[in-house]
Amino acid sequence: MELVVFVLAAAMILVGAVGVIVRSNPVHAALSLILTLFGVAVMFVAQNAHFLAAVQVIVYAGAIVVLFLFVIMLLGVDRSEDLSSEPFKVQRPLAAIVGLGVIGLVVAAVVSSRDAITVRGTGLNVADTVGDGDTNIKQLARSVFGDYVVAFEVTSVLLVVAVVGTVLLTRRVKGSVKDS
Amino acid sequence: MSLLAAATPTTTWYLILAAVLFGIGAVGVLVRRNPLVMFMCIELMLNAVNLSFVALAKKMGDIGGQTTVFFVMVVAAAEVVVGLGIIVSIMRRRPGATADDISALKG
Repeated sequence: MELVVFVLAAAMILVGAVGVIVRSNPVHAALSLILTLFGVAVMFVAQNAHFLAAVQVIVYAGAIVVLFLFVIMLLGVDRSEDLSSEPFKVQRPLAAIVGLGVIGLVVAAVVSSRDAITVRGTGLNVADTVGDGDTNIKQLARSVFGDYVVAFEVTSVLLVVAVVGTVLLTRRVKGSVKDS
Repeated sequence: MSLLAAATPTTTWYLILAAVLFGIGAVGVLVRRNPLVMFMCIELMLNAVNLSFVALAKKMGDIGGQTTVFFVMVVAAAEVVVGLGIIVSIMRRRPGATADDISALKG
């Protein structure tokens, strides 16, 4: 059963990821990205990260991809671009070599050090079928609001800075030279 | 059928899948010229790293990995907002610009 879930979710992830880089229409690329994000959410559930799976669907698929689609529509780039011509001939072979090299090196590192990963924490609390189903959320909340509370507060500052900065970046200044 | 049931995915499988996803994202950043699609490929790489964090959190029995993924998601959201703001302001000035056209800072 676990194997079936893994294979199906891995297929979703890889098909979506390849779709992002080969689709010529940016809208199709964004929809392929959604497929990948849902596959990753399935993987999160399979790894006992239930809260993160929900956040993945809500924040990534629900907010970030919608933001991408908004910008695509706003800029009017929702047309297919010509991917067959390549002004810089050596780029694609080089990119393939770099990609395969990254994959090969990381896989070699993972396989060679697979016995070095040892248990060091107290274990993840797994939801049982009779008791509460929110043990993962409770454990994550103790971690975020306990050990990492300073980082959490800094994150809120980061979000405010990002929002203010974006408004400032995209604002049209009144009386300036016309943009278009 | 018993062979299929015996083969349960281990942490190594998840880490290899994350490596492949990261590689696909890296190739996408290198070959695509539309800045929006390059951004999507950066999201692919972030998701690959999140996947490996979650797999290791389970293997090592430490909730800290999941906490890190939580913060990565927040930073990714902030990064997308700022990046798309920059892209919108560039595209407004020069419609249809690709990554090759934005070379004013080239050394």
